[in-house]
Amino acid sequence: MSERTTPSVEDPFAQALAAADVPGRSLWTDASHRLLKNRAAVVSGIIMAVMVLLVVFGPMLLPWEPDFTDWDHTSSPPSLETGHWFGTDAVGRDLLVRTLEGGRISLLVGLVATLVSLAIGVTYGAVAGYYGGLTDRVMMRVVDIIYALPFMFFVILLMVVFGRHILLIFVAIGAVNWLDMARIVRGQTLSLKNMEFVEAARACGVDHNAIIRRHIIPNLLGVVMVYVTLTIPQVILVESFLSFLGLGVQEPMSSWGALVNDGAQDMESAPWTLVFPAVFLTVTLYCFNYIGDGMRDALDPKDRL
Amino acid sequence: MSKPVLRVQDLAVTFTSTTGGLLQRRERQIRAVDGISFELNAGETLGIVGESGCGKSTLARAILGLISPNRGRVQWMGEDLTGLDEEALRQKRKQLQIVFQDPVASLDPRMTAGDIIAEPLWTFYPHMERLQVEERTRGMMKMVGLLPNQINRYPHEFSGGQCQRIGIARALALNPRLLICDEPVSALDVSIQAQIINLLRTLQRKLGLALIFIAHDLSVVRHISNRVLVMYMGQAMEVSAKADLYRRPLHPYSNALMKSVPIPDPELARRVRAESWLTGDMPSPFQRPRGCIFHNRCPYRINRCEADVPALRRMESGDWVACHRAEELDLSI
Repeated sequence: MSERTTPSVEDPFAQALAAADVPGRSLWTDASHRLLKNRAAVVSGIIMAVMVLLVVFGPMLLPWEPDFTDWDHTSSPPSLETGHWFGTDAVGRDLLVRTLEGGRISLLVGLVATLVSLAIGVTYGAVAGYYGGLTDRVMMRVVDIIYALPFMFFVILLMVVFGRHILLIFVAIGAVNWLDMARIVRGQTLSLKNMEFVEAARACGVDHNAIIRRHIIPNLLGVVMVYVTLTIPQVILVESFLSFLGLGVQEPMSSWGALVNDGAQDMESAPWTLVFPAVFLTVTLYCFNYIGDGMRDALDPKDRL
Repeated sequence: MSKPVLRVQDLAVTFTSTTGGLLQRRERQIRAVDGISFELNAGETLGIVGESGCGKSTLARAILGLISPNRGRVQWMGEDLTGLDEEALRQKRKQLQIVFQDPVASLDPRMTAGDIIAEPLWTFYPHMERLQVEERTRGMMKMVGLLPNQINRYPHEFSGGQCQRIGIARALALNPRLLICDEPVSALDVSIQAQIINLLRTLQRKLGLALIFIAHDLSVVRHISNRVLVMYMGQAMEVSAKADLYRRPLHPYSNALMKSVPIPDPELARRVRAESWLTGDMPSPFQRPRGCIFHNRCPYRINRCEADVPALRRMESGDWVACHRAEELDLSI
């Protein structure tokens, strides 16, 4: 420190006044430091980054189109010579490029549906929790009612009415997932709004919208982020489940769930068609869970040491 | 005598507590503040004392309109605040500010000290230049004895006393005329308490603030107040000039409070303790005693106390008391 190397007879307070601004360490900085010390979370984060790069750019670099049929190699096992590193499926499509393409859909569904549920859930929950009273009761009863609808029934109904479309999957999953988010956020908001700093903001004349934006939501973010990282794998799994039932994405598009479904049917004759997509799917799910766990620990250091 | 800036008349706040489920729903009323009246002059300090749960903080919040009162009026500079709509009341917040009890909990942990102090400025002067806001923020920090170069630090990086200074800076950022301090030092070390109180006194003198100082520590109140309001179960027992209250309290409850102050001299303590002392606990807020609210704990009660509610009345000294026997009792300490 420079103050120590330059002793002076001056008033130390005046000296300190002249000193440069001291940088602050926000709670976020602290939390990210703790997160970086969590090896499982860091490794998972790196794997996920690689996975995203692969999925986004991989298909462009490979010589195969996802819907190209290689008549010379149908149901061929993984091999370097044929150029089909992951092998091909029963109709001769390259499995590597299909796995990567499927990953695009799976990750996209995970991301978009989670973002939708995040946007709706946080706003809805924060408003219900903050205003309380009748507003809260009506809003949460609406949530309860939607919650009571059987999910599969809801999806099938959407399919019947609008036909099968990738957008419908986003809508269906998003429409259900924001309910959990709204409940969590509302609960947090209820405890936050009675904190003295919220009352202090009111006493300073800050209006309700600004209080929600400036004080409630930033203080919710920790919990929300943990929940998001745990929602993404959940959504990916739901999409896989829908695809597995044949309600998900349609050929020639694919997703990890759909690929696993195809692979499961040829499991005995061509096990690689099951193994590769399944490995990609599982690794992704594990990584998100580790990241979520790491974030929870990092944001709430008092919880465990 | 100057005209009072704040006039509180018969202010009452009632909370409803609901118990039981749908079928056995029972509503009970808690009278947190029950008909408080007082006046406050410009530049004056009114101390409010009373046990925990007597409604001090509720009174503070009702005056500021953070809780809407069920009855009574709060007049600020001759204007009734209780009748104002939300937006009009919000505009008044520039002049009426509060410092909270818990210095850490009253600061948003995700905001920097600078942002916390600047927030009232953003709110009321949204078009103020960024540099100007920062300059004023630094000025405020200096004024309350914080180093302006700590502007980017977060609340968890400050000590409790420093956090309270941030709270004071935020409250003063808008140049208010009235500052309500809701037990501002009860969460702090004794050594820090003195610093904060002296800071408040200095600022009050410098800025000509009217101050309402709530505390349960009588020596703290004695240090800072001109007049003191003694509260018990939501009602005012006595409103006296400081010198009068600490020399000769008019109400038996004030007397009991004075005697409960720890005395560092064991000899003297034994003598004082030997005299009358409060018996029993504060009654349940659901079962308020009839007559004088204090009668079941009062060593000086007479039959009349159980029947009639004593009004707060003015004594010859100019002090106010709500006790039937105020004239005959000599409660000198």
